[in-house]
Amino acid sequence: MWSFFHKLGSPPWLYRISGSILRWLLPLAVLGLVVGVLWGLLYTAPDFRQGNSYRIMYIHVPAAVVALAGYYVMAIAGAINLIWRMKIADVAMLAAAPVGAALTFVALVTGAIWGKPTWGTWWVWDARITSMLILLFLYLGVIALYEAYDNKTAASRACAVLALVGTVNIPIIYKSVDWWYSLHQPASIKFTGGSTIDPSMLYPLLLCIVSFYALFTCALLANMRVAILDRERRTGWVQRLVEEGG
Amino acid sequence: MYFDSFQAAMAMGGHGVYVWSAYGITALVIAQLVLWPSARKKRLVAELRGEQRRRAGASQETGQSDRESS
Repeated sequence: MWSFFHKLGSPPWLYRISGSILRWLLPLAVLGLVVGVLWGLLYTAPDFRQGNSYRIMYIHVPAAVVALAGYYVMAIAGAINLIWRMKIADVAMLAAAPVGAALTFVALVTGAIWGKPTWGTWWVWDARITSMLILLFLYLGVIALYEAYDNKTAASRACAVLALVGTVNIPIIYKSVDWWYSLHQPASIKFTGGSTIDPSMLYPLLLCIVSFYALFTCALLANMRVAILDRERRTGWVQRLVEEGG
Repeated sequence: MYFDSFQAAMAMGGHGVYVWSAYGITALVIAQLVLWPSARKKRLVAELRGEQRRRAGASQETGQSDRESS
């Protein structure tokens, strides 16, 4: 157990192991997403009330779910960095921010496109949508805050504090559709009690969610690898790696 | 397959514009997520290789070792 944490602090080890994870996880994630999306788009029946527009669900829901999960990764990494000053946690926090921002953006845009034929409007300032917009600003805020400081150690700490304060927003996003009257429909998948989604629609959706998680992991690891190389550029192992061709 | 023809799958009963544009935008963003780190990595490795070459060139002129620390 401790040796694992010890290795986790070793950049060459992390660089090597993440490289071998990416080699199989990335093709698998892309394959899963292609299968899930085609399944949802072409091989499921339309929703009895929303018609075919509901097919946007197969990317909207996974993007939103993983955008939230990405915030946990960023905030927990920030906390680890604040408490134990672990450099790798700092790398993970900063690597998660652009990926989370991109997925939140996808959730908002696909939601807007879904809203037009379903609710008759692209945008409403309701609780779920507004709190998701705040999530996007939190991600972008972390990126901008890091860029704003010249002292990168201070920058990382400020980003970690912002990420931690921003976690207040997470339960608001989850509960927004229950707490406030909203155009947005409540969750159809529940871990406790019955889900209100037909299995024929649930399976492709679950495949898409798993694939989005895998894609998030891949993008996170790939960003971390670039950051590790950049920070370790003066060390012997990076110099040898560059000599061997990257 | 649910749809009878390619045209029907494109139109999606009038919702085709919304559905396909949503998927198109998502595909673009995901492609960026995957391609952006590898592009940055390539640029960084090229930059570091350039530094190594310059150092090797400089050390040949002065007769010093190009590996100060390793």
